[in-house]
Amino acid sequence: MAGMTPEGTGGLFSGGTNAAFKSQLNKVYTWYTGGFILFVIVLAVFEQMGMGRAMIGYCFLGATVLLYAGIGVMSRTNDAAEYYVAGRRVPALYNGMATGADWMSAASFIGMAGTLYLTGYSGLAFIMGWTGGYCLVALFLAPYLRKFGQFTIPDFLGERYDGNLPRLLGIIAAILCSFTYVVAQIYGVGLITTRLAGVPFELGIFLGLGGILVCSFLGGMRAVTWTQVAQYIILIIAYLVPVIWLSVKQTNFPVPQLIYGYQLEKVSAKEVELIKDPKELEVRGIFKERAVVLGEKLKDVPAALANDKAVAEKSVADLKASNAPAPEIAAAEKVLAAVPANADAAKAAWTKAKAAAEARDKPLAGMPRHAAQFAGDPAGDEKAKKAFETSRLNFLALIFCLMVGTAALPHILMRYYTTPSVKQARESVTWSLFFIFLLYFTAPALAVLVKYEIFSTLVGTPFDQLPAWIGQWAKVDPALLSVSDINKDGIFQLAEMTIGGDIIVLATPEIGGLPYVISGMVAAGGLAAALSTADGLLLTIANALSHDLYYKMINPNAPAAKRVLISKVLLLVVALAAAYVAAQKPADILFLVSAAFSFAAAAFFPALVLGIFWKRANKAGACLGMIAGLGVTFYYMATTQVWLRGVFGVTSPIELWYGILPISAGVFGVPLGFAVIILVSLVTPAPRKDIQELVDHVRYPILRGDTVNTIAT
Amino acid sequence: MQLTDSHKQYWQKNMRITGLLLFIWFVVTYVVSFNARDLSFTFFGWPFSFWMGAQGSLVVYVLLIAYYAHYMNNLDKEYDCAEVEEE
Repeated sequence: MAGMTPEGTGGLFSGGTNAAFKSQLNKVYTWYTGGFILFVIVLAVFEQMGMGRAMIGYCFLGATVLLYAGIGVMSRTNDAAEYYVAGRRVPALYNGMATGADWMSAASFIGMAGTLYLTGYSGLAFIMGWTGGYCLVALFLAPYLRKFGQFTIPDFLGERYDGNLPRLLGIIAAILCSFTYVVAQIYGVGLITTRLAGVPFELGIFLGLGGILVCSFLGGMRAVTWTQVAQYIILIIAYLVPVIWLSVKQTNFPVPQLIYGYQLEKVSAKEVELIKDPKELEVRGIFKERAVVLGEKLKDVPAALANDKAVAEKSVADLKASNAPAPEIAAAEKVLAAVPANADAAKAAWTKAKAAAEARDKPLAGMPRHAAQFAGDPAGDEKAKKAFETSRLNFLALIFCLMVGTAALPHILMRYYTTPSVKQARESVTWSLFFIFLLYFTAPALAVLVKYEIFSTLVGTPFDQLPAWIGQWAKVDPALLSVSDINKDGIFQLAEMTIGGDIIVLATPEIGGLPYVISGMVAAGGLAAALSTADGLLLTIANALSHDLYYKMINPNAPAAKRVLISKVLLLVVALAAAYVAAQKPADILFLVSAAFSFAAAAFFPALVLGIFWKRANKAGACLGMIAGLGVTFYYMATTQVWLRGVFGVTSPIELWYGILPISAGVFGVPLGFAVIILVSLVTPAPRKDIQELVDHVRYPILRGDTVNTIAT
Repeated sequence: MQLTDSHKQYWQKNMRITGLLLFIWFVVTYVVSFNARDLSFTFFGWPFSFWMGAQGSLVVYVLLIAYYAHYMNNLDKEYDCAEVEEE
């Protein structure tokens, strides 16, 4: 088998027997981890000796990207089994780490703790959904796909459902969900490199892209696997260190995950105080007033606009006439310049400002109480009851979509083709979830600790004594953090700050008062998370096109070397296309990521699971089921999600089914997919005998007397 | 090929453990979340359902998958379905 005799060029990443290979890997990654820690310590020493922040940023960016590129060069290969499935010799533990990095994207690393900070209990849907999905992977998919042992997910659909149509549907669905997802990763790469090294956003994207391409371009799955292991180690260290530090600072106890329940109690007690606090209410009152004034102006836009303009002009003229100091005149001119040019612009600007002011007239700056399960009240009036029911239903629906989507994302499932055996595939799911768990059970702790820090030390601080990080982050992007003394009392109130979720993790080291080198490390961790996921996704798309579309459907006689070459060229094209889309900064990036989960869930999960567990499922059923599932999910999103409605020009009123939000559209697609596959299969003939034998073949790790062989080399 | 009784029994046992573990998965995820409001008694500082969502269910998921791998790897051996692994 080709996979067992890798070319000698791999150096560190090839070895003799599986056991020797594993012990070699242990050695390499132990040294590597030690080296990374040493690197951080050396930088910390340099920082104390006066090394600048920008330089630290460059060091982290340069060193990590070079490292990934180096692994890519060492793992270069043209062999098909090496390129597509890393030679099927990745030990369970390492496949677990690689899956962890593959799985944890910029959204997990940067966004999730922020979401938890902003939404409290509701955010736990992401924590449960993105971990519980691995139960479905373990029980329904990983061991069986490993036994099947080909290269891609459309491969399975094509073989099991006997034909090119199911394969083609698989290719389309794989590209649809992977591409939306990869755009979001590259966008994240751009953001982080911009922060880390201060380069322009577009340049940041292409720098990151270089790191991704060198690695996956040269060595395919093999290079991606060993890079992902390296990236996992960086990202987990970068995530844990600041949280542990913050925990020691607040509680004198270094295991935040065990202790933050008590911090949560304190946060909840403080919330009660803040909701009633007269100063907070005063700030809210000012926003309420602003909203009312804007509402009045909106009633007669032309008159209000003319009035605004006259007032601003008069103020400039008066100041000039009285020879006021230049800065005052400049400020007044700025006000004049900011008056909207015409009635339409004024209407748009004021409507937006009114909504913003209304949003800020909410208790706790619009955040629900951290530990409160769901909105509304089951014992309250009709409206509160309804709010409670809808909020609970959406929470459960979101968990469902995220779980099933996790168990259907092709770039994750593909990783379980790379283990040496079915047994190791099962164990590897355990390791995957364990490594993911380490980050996911820390994120809620981080959110609570940061909230405690802000509630207890920030609120009530005089404005001139606010910590330096607030000013620095406000300078980076006011959309992420802005603070202003609304009620002019010189004291910071919670309602006077707006904070974006993406800042929480990146700013934690500064909030905890850690040296800048830790901030650099966290950014490098975020970069590792985004790059590793982008690697896996690009490979999935390129393989779907080169292996499934070109080799299996267009030119079945293509030699292996040609297939790999085509895959590499496609990888380049897809990466550039994704970078191009990401550079446009598409409107609703978080929605795109979540949409990918609903699409994957509806398209793949029913067909894959029934393909393994129900012999009677046939081609017609699978094709129609995939189309129906994906179709209804897409339809629901396109008619209910604001941004997609704009894209498709939908103007009919929004009609939510059972109050389910568009993000959870998969909750309709998955059951429909199952139902259609079952019903259509039952009214059409059963699959051929050899297909049924294929099902038996994948069910047993070893089947004595089995004549089917599906391992692709 | 024709499956033997031993093969059929292997698959039945697999289905039974899969069903059981899926049931546990369902309870810790959906039953607990559905009743989250009523399960908010204090648990080491956390409201219980908050702790379940943030940690408890995750621990159960990891243990559940680990047990499944362990159980199935033994079942493979018992029913002569285990792969011969290159060491």
